Amino acid sequence: MTITPDMYERLVNIKTGEISREIFVNEEIYKQELEQVFARAWLLVGHESLIPNPDDFFVSQMGNDSVILTRDRQNNIHVLLNSCMHRGMKVCRYDQGNTRAFSCPYHGWSYSTDGRLVEAPGQLVGVPGFEEHYRCELDKKAWGLVRCPKVVNHKGSIWACWDENAPSFYDYLGDMRLYLDAALDHRDGTEGGSEVIGGVQKWRVKCNWKFAAENFIGDHYHNISHRSVDLVGIGPSGGRGRRDKDTAGPYQNVIIGFPALGHGANGHLPRFEEAPYFPTWQKYPEVQEYFREVYEARKKRLGDQFRVQTGTGTIFPNMSFHGQQPRTLAIFHPVGPTEMEMWRFYLVDKDAPQAVKDAIRHYALRYSGPGGLTESDDMENWLYASEASRGTIARRHPYNYQMGNGYAKPVEGLKGAVQGGDTTEENARILYNRWAQFMAGKSWSELMPAQTA
Amino acid sequence: MDDTALKALLLHREVEDFLLMEADLLDDRRFADWLALCTDDIRYWMPMARNVQFNKTAQEYTREQMDTCWIDEGKETLTQRVKQLATGIHWAEEPQSRVSHLITNIRITEVTPDAAGNAAEVQVRSRFLVYRNRLHDEVDIYVGKRRDTLRKLDGAWKIARREIFLDQNVLLAKNITTFF
Repeated sequence: MTITPDMYERLVNIKTGEISREIFVNEEIYKQELEQVFARAWLLVGHESLIPNPDDFFVSQMGNDSVILTRDRQNNIHVLLNSCMHRGMKVCRYDQGNTRAFSCPYHGWSYSTDGRLVEAPGQLVGVPGFEEHYRCELDKKAWGLVRCPKVVNHKGSIWACWDENAPSFYDYLGDMRLYLDAALDHRDGTEGGSEVIGGVQKWRVKCNWKFAAENFIGDHYHNISHRSVDLVGIGPSGGRGRRDKDTAGPYQNVIIGFPALGHGANGHLPRFEEAPYFPTWQKYPEVQEYFREVYEARKKRLGDQFRVQTGTGTIFPNMSFHGQQPRTLAIFHPVGPTEMEMWRFYLVDKDAPQAVKDAIRHYALRYSGPGGLTESDDMENWLYASEASRGTIARRHPYNYQMGNGYAKPVEGLKGAVQGGDTTEENARILYNRWAQFMAGKSWSELMPAQTA
Repeated sequence: MDDTALKALLLHREVEDFLLMEADLLDDRRFADWLALCTDDIRYWMPMARNVQFNKTAQEYTREQMDTCWIDEGKETLTQRVKQLATGIHWAEEPQSRVSHLITNIRITEVTPDAAGNAAEVQVRSRFLVYRNRLHDEVDIYVGKRRDTLRKLDGAWKIARREIFLDQNVLLAKNITTFF
């Protein structure tokens, strides 16, 4: 099957709510995805708390490329392609660490980010035999590590984009920013103020990466797959269920999406006041008290400001977050049409008492990740949905995304947002529609008409 | 053979037998019986392994009760896991996987005697190869090292602490739904 750009409108038919299984299993589509989506979109690469000191580095991934996230001695954060310019060897094979230079083990080329030594971060500084063998004719400035042209530190989360012509991160994010911020901010409402608990979970799942992106963009409908853990009850207040409820009073999570941008969340509609207080973490008095205190502080700090509260959300294409319990960031790296590598970072308030961080961490590990009682069941569903969609006959039949089609309505106060109530497939349609636009090779002026008009 | 050597041999045999019996309980899916082998204050910890520079091996494994781990828990969560397996709708294990625990390289590294001079607590090192075969062709192989603290309570050995060092960086299995 040869896939041409004009085919995506048929593969992803938002009008009828039918999406071809090919986009989850096809090798050709996967290869185009790496070019059209991952080489163009803004991608999460890490968090500043993973590289707190000068010369710290953390090895990350963008699409199917290994990259190094580094902090230089001038405190600037860079993203460099982790491949020697001479023969391609990985210049850094550690997950994290601290170094003044990345030296290639193969022929010894070395690269530096120190602004006093080099004009451009990642520039080539050492070449064995530079005088004798290269006769000083090698242009070192031209052969530095490939540097990602666009990098943004947003409240500690680090985002990067390979496409020089891409819109700014904030235009790309639009008003979805509010929901992302509700996950990134300190629980007392202070901007940022969160840190990643040491260690990043990384695991392989033989499923298409889009299953995960769809799952977190606002899929209340799959709650039923977690019934076993709900029966056991692992929530921080005891009893059945797997977490504390989202809120008390008139507010509840609804599915809010941004059709022109491809992002979406399962969160509260925007408002100008805090929801009423209700106790959470009731099995852990000290933690319950902490969350009461930060609730009061937030209420005072934000006053009558505009705000949202968020559950899960997805930033197109492959980043998701959870803003409540457990609070996490996730990336779904493409490995193949039916394989991904999932990464999870757990967030806590940087200045929370250790006992609070401990309780949150234990809860997060009990809930999330490959060993989590909740998430282990998601992996089973995503894997066997991918597998059973590979069949010749199966591929002829689209997935059904018809729930709530045509019922979404605008959200007051959020630019370009719609909401489809508590349970709808609106956000999945938004995600795949955006994906199809990227895959059709549309230009940025077509992809971002509001910004470029 | 003198008394001390004989005693050590018998203790080794006893501990080995305990660990193999424990593996049988898991592979026979007698999870509630397995749980009863854990002390109420058990620490059950499986850190993540990171690739670090040779002089930074202290940072190779994520820290217990400090960092993110694959698993880092006590009896309460282990009990919840066993309960979840018993619901019959824990889809990651329904239908149930076929699992075999191969436990080898068993070595007692420390013995703490009671007042009568009998072993009350032992530190044991071992290797595990856990094979999971699921549905028609899904296979996972988990290999690594264990460090256990076994404690004798009312004449029977119990697991008071288990450290599980999986020899993987990126977890190559989609999830962890078995015990080690």
